[in-house]
Amino acid sequence: MSDAPRTMFEKIWDRHRVLEREDGQTLLYVDRHLMHDGGAVAFDVLRKRGLKPRAPDRIFTVPDHYVPTDSRRLEDMRDPRHRELVEKLAQNTAEHGIRNFGLGDPNQGIVHVIGPETGLSQPGMVMVCGDSHTSTHGALGALAFGIGSTEVAHVLATQTLWQRKPKTMRITVEGQLGPGVSAKDVILAIIAEIGAAGATGHVIEYAGSAITGLSMEGRLTLCNMSIEAGGRAGMVAPDETTFAYLAGRTYAPEDWEAAVERWRALPSDPGAPFDAEVTLDGGAIEPMVTWGNSPEDALPIGGVVPGPEAGADAERREMMARMLDYMGLTPGTRLDGLPVDRVFIGSCTNSRIEDLRAAAAVARGRKVAEGVEAWVVPGSEPVKRQAEAEGLHEVFRAAGFAWREPGCSMCLGVNGDTAAPGTRVASTSNRNFMGRQGPGARTHLVSPAMAAAAAVSGHFTDVRRLMAETI
Amino acid sequence: MEAFNRLESVAVPLARPNIDTDQIIPGRFLSRPREVDHSAFLFHDARRLPGSEEANPEFPLNQEAYRPARIIVAGRNFACGSSRESAVWALFDAGFRCAIAPSFGDIFRNNGMKNGLLPVVLPAEAVAALTGQIEAAPGARVSVDLAAQTVTFPDGTVHGFEVDPFAKHCLLEGLDEIGLTLSHEEEIAAFERRFGRENSR
Repeated sequence: MSDAPRTMFEKIWDRHRVLEREDGQTLLYVDRHLMHDGGAVAFDVLRKRGLKPRAPDRIFTVPDHYVPTDSRRLEDMRDPRHRELVEKLAQNTAEHGIRNFGLGDPNQGIVHVIGPETGLSQPGMVMVCGDSHTSTHGALGALAFGIGSTEVAHVLATQTLWQRKPKTMRITVEGQLGPGVSAKDVILAIIAEIGAAGATGHVIEYAGSAITGLSMEGRLTLCNMSIEAGGRAGMVAPDETTFAYLAGRTYAPEDWEAAVERWRALPSDPGAPFDAEVTLDGGAIEPMVTWGNSPEDALPIGGVVPGPEAGADAERREMMARMLDYMGLTPGTRLDGLPVDRVFIGSCTNSRIEDLRAAAAVARGRKVAEGVEAWVVPGSEPVKRQAEAEGLHEVFRAAGFAWREPGCSMCLGVNGDTAAPGTRVASTSNRNFMGRQGPGARTHLVSPAMAAAAAVSGHFTDVRRLMAETI
Repeated sequence: MEAFNRLESVAVPLARPNIDTDQIIPGRFLSRPREVDHSAFLFHDARRLPGSEEANPEFPLNQEAYRPARIIVAGRNFACGSSRESAVWALFDAGFRCAIAPSFGDIFRNNGMKNGLLPVVLPAEAVAALTGQIEAAPGARVSVDLAAQTVTFPDGTVHGFEVDPFAKHCLLEGLDEIGLTLSHEEEIAAFERRFGRENSR
């Protein structure tokens, strides 16, 4: 191998190559395979072929998509098909000696929350999961990406995956984020800038002072939504913030010093070339709100709903008209002041302790506006315990928020946590797709602080104004 | 996997950007095993009038001339979003074997190649021209030749496309990768011996 400067992605890629075909396909070794309650299909494939998981100690599972958020009891799951998926996950993992953080386990939670939280997600790893938001784990300096169920079965059987080397993109955000501006606003601003397909075929590395200044929770939010820009994965170079976060966690390496030394060599070498470069001014980013049905349709809270004539081409103009109709919006309407019916604080994007602290800071001493139904769904049991130890649940309850059990919940609504048709939702999740939160539901993506501000105001508003008020 | 070689079929236009996999198959239909016919879930909500079970006559898939379609022609970033493989199953079970678009969600593209549904990327102008032709003459036929890597439009113009050679080979032969990878068992085991000790458990 030459001494040419390499990106962090290339270092991880090179280290996990089992073999390379002449046609450019690489068989890549997988360090950690995470699975959730949608994984039954893959176990079925193995069973039919008479195969067993190759490396059960590299697989970790947790039910999150279908679990109820008003109960921790399997018996309370109303849909027998959903119950069966959670039961099957427990059976399949028990059969093969795979660690499952089942319903009621003190570490159960959303797969992309518990991976980092338990220390399973580590710098330099190749990680996969049958879920597009696997990009989240890249926040720790791992190469982590989502796969489909055929690929899940392949990884189960072989602990490897055939891949063609993706391109690389560096997104540099320099400067100091303003008050009330969070990682969620940064990633929405990035997607608004490069588009929902802006990073297709690329692995993103986020860099710059605004990124390195983020906490681990913030970096997880940022990398989580890489897929919403089309990115195969998103990563942040490991640094002291990463090491401090991981130290002492259950699955942190036993030989900690050796691991940290290895990790220090991971960041991209100076001068390593990227296939694409994007830069943003962090200081110019404002609290963001989406108005349409793609995460790219994001604007600063001070913005107004655009009209179709703003579209660049006929296809875009037609799509904008379709989205405005679905969202029940009139061009020219100010986003600040747009009434909301429901508020959802949760999901693998924004359900970590820091997210709940930010939302609670806004909710403290205020009341959820009349007619608004507001939920807080912590990302995991440990997040829930921590929040309760800090009294955040009392802050939320006193304000009129529902304090629920961990799970994916209203982000995609497959467990039945959905919004009624026509309902306008301020959501801290990652997708504002048509019907994502239920048929006809109108989703607007925002940060946790902005969601809390919408809940107590009854409409979207600039959280910075609330932060300036003394209660 | 069902092999894909050549296909000549009616093509249905769906010229919208960012059609996500939630639209292709809404989340509430995800919990079914593969054995279940997923065709009824395809664009379940998008093809109905809002809040009703009634078919939206404007949705191209509901129009008689496009019913035999086995090719879907879509806008940029087709099938972005969720990794749900059932988005491919729903298209496949409804008879589709090929999707043509200026770009695709990466995960869907992989899922398609591994399930007998060929994703074809053509330049935006070519996709716009194809859309124009099949809208002007609903029921017009389009042919796709994977071996030659060409699409022939109703007007007879031939357009080449790129495809990963390995995925092409698997799709032409109907190969499933697990068998192929297991033939590399020795190399995987050797890698594990080399790698296992220095890395995490």
